[in-house]
Amino acid sequence: MATATRPMSSADTVLQLNVLSRKQRSLWRDAWHRLSRNKMAMLGLGIIVTMSLIAVFADRIAPYDPTSYFTDNGKRAPTLFEPVWGNPQYVDPRYLLGTDGIGRDILSRLVYSLRISMIVGFVPVSIIFVLGVTVGMLAGYIGGWVDDLLMRLTDVIYAFPDLLFLILLMATLRGTGVGDLLGGLLLLFVGIAVVNWVGMARLMRGQVLSLKEKEFVEAARSIGAKPGRIMFRHIFPNALAPLIVAVAFGVPGAILAEATLGYLGIGIKPPTATLGVMINDGFAVFSATPWPLLLPSFMVAIVLLSFTFLGDGLRDALDPRMKI
Amino acid sequence: MGKYVIRRVLLLIPTMLVVALITFTLAHLAPGSPFDRTEGKTSTATIERLERLYGFDKPLPEQFAIFLGNAVRLDFGDSVTRQRPVAEILGQGLGTTAQLGVQAVILALIIALPLGVISALRQNTWVDYGSLFLATIGTTIPNFVIGIFLIYFFAVTLKVLPIVGWGDLKHMILPTIVLSLGSAAFLTRITRSSMLEAIRQDYVRTARSKGLRERSVVVGHVMKNAMIPVATIIGPVTAALITGSFIVENLFSIPGIGREFVRSINQRDYPVIMGTTLLYAFAIAVANLVVDLVYGLVDPRIKVAT
Amino acid sequence: MPELLEVKNLKTQFFTRDGVVHAVDDVSFELAAGETLGLVGESGCGKSVTALSLMRLIPSPPGKIVQGSIMFDGQDVLKMDEDDVRAIRGNNVAMIFQDPMTSLNPVLTISRQVSEALELHLKMDKAEAKKRTIELLELVGIPSAKKRADDYPHQFSGGMRQRVMIAMALSCNPKLILADEPTTALDVTIQAQILDLLKNLAQEFRTAFILITHDLGVVAGMTQRIHVMYGGHIVEKADTGELFANPKMPYTWGLLRSIPRLDESRKAKLLPIEGLPPDLIAPPPGCRFEPRCQYRREICGTTPPELKRIPNAKTDHEARCWGTQEGGWLVNVDWRKDTGSAKELEAIKQLVAELPIEATRADASGEPPPPPPNA
Repeated sequence: MATATRPMSSADTVLQLNVLSRKQRSLWRDAWHRLSRNKMAMLGLGIIVTMSLIAVFADRIAPYDPTSYFTDNGKRAPTLFEPVWGNPQYVDPRYLLGTDGIGRDILSRLVYSLRISMIVGFVPVSIIFVLGVTVGMLAGYIGGWVDDLLMRLTDVIYAFPDLLFLILLMATLRGTGVGDLLGGLLLLFVGIAVVNWVGMARLMRGQVLSLKEKEFVEAARSIGAKPGRIMFRHIFPNALAPLIVAVAFGVPGAILAEATLGYLGIGIKPPTATLGVMINDGFAVFSATPWPLLLPSFMVAIVLLSFTFLGDGLRDALDPRMKI
Repeated sequence: MGKYVIRRVLLLIPTMLVVALITFTLAHLAPGSPFDRTEGKTSTATIERLERLYGFDKPLPEQFAIFLGNAVRLDFGDSVTRQRPVAEILGQGLGTTAQLGVQAVILALIIALPLGVISALRQNTWVDYGSLFLATIGTTIPNFVIGIFLIYFFAVTLKVLPIVGWGDLKHMILPTIVLSLGSAAFLTRITRSSMLEAIRQDYVRTARSKGLRERSVVVGHVMKNAMIPVATIIGPVTAALITGSFIVENLFSIPGIGREFVRSINQRDYPVIMGTTLLYAFAIAVANLVVDLVYGLVDPRIKVAT
Repeated sequence: MPELLEVKNLKTQFFTRDGVVHAVDDVSFELAAGETLGLVGESGCGKSVTALSLMRLIPSPPGKIVQGSIMFDGQDVLKMDEDDVRAIRGNNVAMIFQDPMTSLNPVLTISRQVSEALELHLKMDKAEAKKRTIELLELVGIPSAKKRADDYPHQFSGGMRQRVMIAMALSCNPKLILADEPTTALDVTIQAQILDLLKNLAQEFRTAFILITHDLGVVAGMTQRIHVMYGGHIVEKADTGELFANPKMPYTWGLLRSIPRLDESRKAKLLPIEGLPPDLIAPPPGCRFEPRCQYRREICGTTPPELKRIPNAKTDHEARCWGTQEGGWLVNVDWRKDTGSAKELEAIKQLVAELPIEATRADASGEPPPPPPNA
């Protein structure tokens, strides 16, 4: 009757661990775990990383200079080649993806376009992030006139559709000195940033407003933490989730804006190769061969799709309400 | 509620003022005047005379004031490249663009709402994946690319539809489809996620516990809640349609305001640019206003509060 | 007297990516007409899932009622087809949910929401239903019912909303009402009012109630019988008075001990139940409470006990414990004085303390994580 109780076996311990470990995972680890299970998001991430690498090493990857054109045996007229899978009569194996209407190698142009697209994607969005988060944080935390100003500003900027403003900006200022800086890139960055930072600020402001009243902020304040520290160390990390998603969707937005401007003919100045410009050029020779139009179009689609998948995945992974 | 409406309407005025100011400033920061295009065929004296005629030589603030005064009376001056009043040019194109826009909206709604609802109800089935796929394509591939593919396929290869022009059904199909795609895709996603969110709510469980049939639950409880966020995106949809119209009209050579706008940009025809921009901005501001009002009408939590 | 409700061997499971959760694992009980039964246990023990199973409201992926029978009014609910189940929902059986804020539809008036069941089951027309609705609202104590019937949920306070939910549940005069934590989301003074209301309604309309809660204080004044649940099992069944006077299961002892008493000395320590609830995907092989039990013996860890009649207690008092059953080592123990082996308590506390802050979890292949250094 008096059986001695036995010690816990390691199997039990393992079971116990199972119970407790299931309940203790930080938000970020958990989010990454969920994200990594999402195949589409991981695919998107993989593609983005690959494209970024291509963009960085464009000089080494592209076989030709994107702006020089091929002329046949020194004759003046440029030659239009098809990609290697096209009509053998018009294929030159030196140009894997063929050439465009002015005889420029499409592969090289695509590679350099990708670089521009990546830059156009990331740089303005970084500006937007920094600017928007700072202003949003201040507006939300301090309130007062900063907040009012931000709200009025948002109303005005919302009235002006982004693309319209960009078009206007590019169309009018392209010819000026400002428009020449960085080959027209600066103007584009400024344009995209100006239109979109308000959205980010507003998002941040909303987050701050809801977090401001939470107990952990009150606790920090009660131990004498300075506002700056509260804002940076307490509120900011907790507000991060939707901001990350906004960035993930902002990048393709910027890339798309550039492509559209290029198509309309008011993008970055020639002869720089960008996806939008390539598409525009592709129209000219569409009846002869569709590839100069189709290839950059596919590229745009792939780039945008990757970011979209990643963005969707991030949104799902960071949503605290979703249980697996 | 009435006070709220009036307040929002009045808010339009300062908004439009700022828009006008920005437009005006940008237009005048641009280098060169529209007359440079004539490439020296006109003497300097003539150019100066023309500039005086159009008022380009007056100091800027004065020009702005004149501009505003005229704008309110819908007089945007004359197009410098076409020698016709801007208002007349816009008026001609307005009907076409509006028709295209309305058709696109209706088509988008017809596609998106059922697709979004069914997709949410039959989550993770083929229907769902299919519509998500289409929605993703629609929002990521630029509409000029889709437009070109459709043209290539239907007009060039199959030769069933014309490429350019406007007037009868044949001409209207492709442009309307292309213009509606972006909005349809966006609306599908919003509808779907809104439905999914609504269907997870506790009150759905309560409704089921009362013994309601699934259809009553979905229509009477879920959709009523789910449609609220959908109604609020009228604003962004309008903006998207407007910017989409530049591209679509350009692509299919449709005689609407969008095509005029693109043309005026390339020709630096500033009166047209400014007039068109103001018109667009106004349309979008009104759309946003409508959204706010609709939201107030539809969501009882807001309705009662205002 | 024929029972209103007879549940036999109910098993409800959830099929998740991490494995199968045995939320309700072989549960059986009865309920007579007009009786109030308390279903008590901590979060995750399966009490809410049991109630949802009774109405077949388990969301069907990922959940499934895999076994058992639920005889309600002579018919097996689990064998009915969808239409028949819908006919009794809201009509013969109704449910009151925990959070009145989210359980009411924000865009419909409360009049609409209460009338729905009336129009559906009692086939009333709109006018009749509206009249009856106002009567019901007055019955549950909503002031100016006529005026407020056309208001929206967000215009009511928490307590008022819960009253609306009660009105909704009562509307078709059900024989059984399932109240899932009806007062948990409300503050204490309102709690008392709502509980009084429920008690009066039960008496007046002779409705049977299953009152689900984690709060022993709530069931003490409201129920005739209590079933204690833990880890998906019912671990003790007794009349209310008997349970509080003469509990026969270490978990129940732990629950009762953990309630601070007014007559305790100020210096007395609070006595929680150490450890954590079991993992319902891979429950312990023996008694589910064994990892936290200070009275455990070897048999507890290897063989799961059955729910059996208890010696030296009232006849219908059952418990699921090797120690308190016939011939067990806890039969004559005075739980108020003897808190079990201190050594076991140390072992339990030690295990909890040793767990790393973020242990790696077993991956989907089912392999357990490596054992900790001390095992």
